[in-house]
Amino acid sequence: MKVYFDHNATTPLHPEVKREMIAGMEMFGNPSSMHAYGREARANVEHARCQVANFIGAKESEIIFVGSGSEANNTVLSLFVCSSSQCIPGSRRSTIITTKIEHPCVLETAECLAHRGVKVKYLDVDRYGKIDLDQLATLLNDKVGIVSVMMANNEIGTLQDIEAITKMVHESGAYMHTDAVQAVGKVPVDVRELGVDFLTISAHKIYGPKGVGALFVKQGTPYCPLIRGGHQERGRRAGTENTLGILGMARAVEMRMFEMPEEEERLLALKQVLRKGIEEKIDDISINGHPTDSLASTLNVSFAGVEGEAILLYLDLEGIAVSTGSACASGSLDPSHVLLATGVDAERAHGSIRFSMGRETTMQEVEYLLEVLPRVIKQIRNMSTAYIKGGLHAASR
Amino acid sequence: MLQAGEWAYSETLKEHFMNPKNILQGENTDDFDGVGMEGNLQCGDQMMVVIKVDKEKDIITDCQWKTYGCASAIASTSVLSEMVKGRTLDAAFHISPKEVALELGGLPDHKIHCSVLGDKALRAAINNYYTRTGQEEKVKQEQAKVICQCMNITDHDIEDAVLEGARTYFELQERTKCGTVCGQCKDETEVLLAKFKHLHFGI
Repeated sequence: MKVYFDHNATTPLHPEVKREMIAGMEMFGNPSSMHAYGREARANVEHARCQVANFIGAKESEIIFVGSGSEANNTVLSLFVCSSSQCIPGSRRSTIITTKIEHPCVLETAECLAHRGVKVKYLDVDRYGKIDLDQLATLLNDKVGIVSVMMANNEIGTLQDIEAITKMVHESGAYMHTDAVQAVGKVPVDVRELGVDFLTISAHKIYGPKGVGALFVKQGTPYCPLIRGGHQERGRRAGTENTLGILGMARAVEMRMFEMPEEEERLLALKQVLRKGIEEKIDDISINGHPTDSLASTLNVSFAGVEGEAILLYLDLEGIAVSTGSACASGSLDPSHVLLATGVDAERAHGSIRFSMGRETTMQEVEYLLEVLPRVIKQIRNMSTAYIKGGLHAASR
Repeated sequence: MLQAGEWAYSETLKEHFMNPKNILQGENTDDFDGVGMEGNLQCGDQMMVVIKVDKEKDIITDCQWKTYGCASAIASTSVLSEMVKGRTLDAAFHISPKEVALELGGLPDHKIHCSVLGDKALRAAINNYYTRTGQEEKVKQEQAKVICQCMNITDHDIEDAVLEGARTYFELQERTKCGTVCGQCKDETEVLLAKFKHLHFGI
């Protein structure tokens, strides 16, 4: 049996998306060309823009198609090193606030900006991965230009109250960005309700193609392109449009509109079975992330005394795909920054596994996982030093 | 289109990961003549090696282990346990991480540090045997030598930095801060850098 429990990494194309894209492969015109080929491509791109805008309650003119969620996040934060009067004036409001649990594309961009004179402050999170609004209040002042807080965390699924955060941020006169890559298409997202100025979306997390995303920029918000040298996207993102990708993204979003409402309940039920099953069959585990304010699709579990990459690869041998917050799998020496920020100790972070489900995940797949996982954990623990006499977890067996 | 690719690991390593040899079953180490443990759970790797010794010939007759760590950590302890059987204590003591990596059919660079704990644990087990049998004079301490006096950086720190990816003097300084004050240790550090690069990576 081959089962895919890694939907937060990426998702398979929705069959409807695939169909749309195969048909769209005949369309090769450059949307900027004035002839019939170009006009056909332009019409499709603009129709797609309309669908994406509708999905999040935005105006068409507020959607910029980009190459990835990472590009959108880089673009928003990088507004800060531009000193042009059109952009957010870096000299006056030269502080960025973000959180310790953002995606690396935000954290590393912030780090780079810090080298270039921008002040960056990082919000802590509690044991469930929630930021503290009181801490935000103490950090907000008239030096803060933008606040960037992810809506749903990719590793633990914890959701933040973006609406409340945005209110506070706007009261202080700063702009608000949310990386909603893991939230859009899984929980309802309406940019007007949230009130945000910038919002990031990626297509491949919601059964669309890779290499395409969108950035919502509220009308009237200062903006400066990251990629220059073309009039595409109203001069806000140069480069010939990824027409096929955009077509696929629009179809993916459309399918989400149909499928999302019934899906959450179903996934929540699967998550409960998975969580209960793990709790009952395996001792010495801990669940990471918020118990309720969390994506229905995501369950993050730490297994004491076992290292995540070993779990991942043994599961892979049984046809099960998951991901881990262990250092070894990432190629770095530090385990997941998200788990460490929630106060999980390094050992538990090394032994963490993220199970992320999606539209095609079935109860049989969850049951298969629950059949294989306890055996794999037992097998690894049998060779782990953590369970020898006097070892850290020996007593719990 | 290509199908599911090869592992990042060699076939030999994969085999040792799938079917690890000589795992110490249960918790009891009383039957063994030497016990050694290195690393810790917080860092993500910990290895324990236990040996049985033919006391007349000073030859290792059995070697078992427990490992907390990733696939390459598990496989490298497994292959090490096979390598040492039948070797003299002296020969086993001098097994280098590079030999273990070679026996495994190579390791990705960022995984080399996972394989160095096994031979360290083995040396600890051999020293433990010497201590238990009243041969303290044979115990070889792996004493660290301070190279950078200003920042108190030892040769072990430099070796660790190389294992973690430092390849140039600058990268070494970034990781360890060695030589960042008076700079007098630069020559000695560069000799060590070259030595450890050659020892662990053959470069």
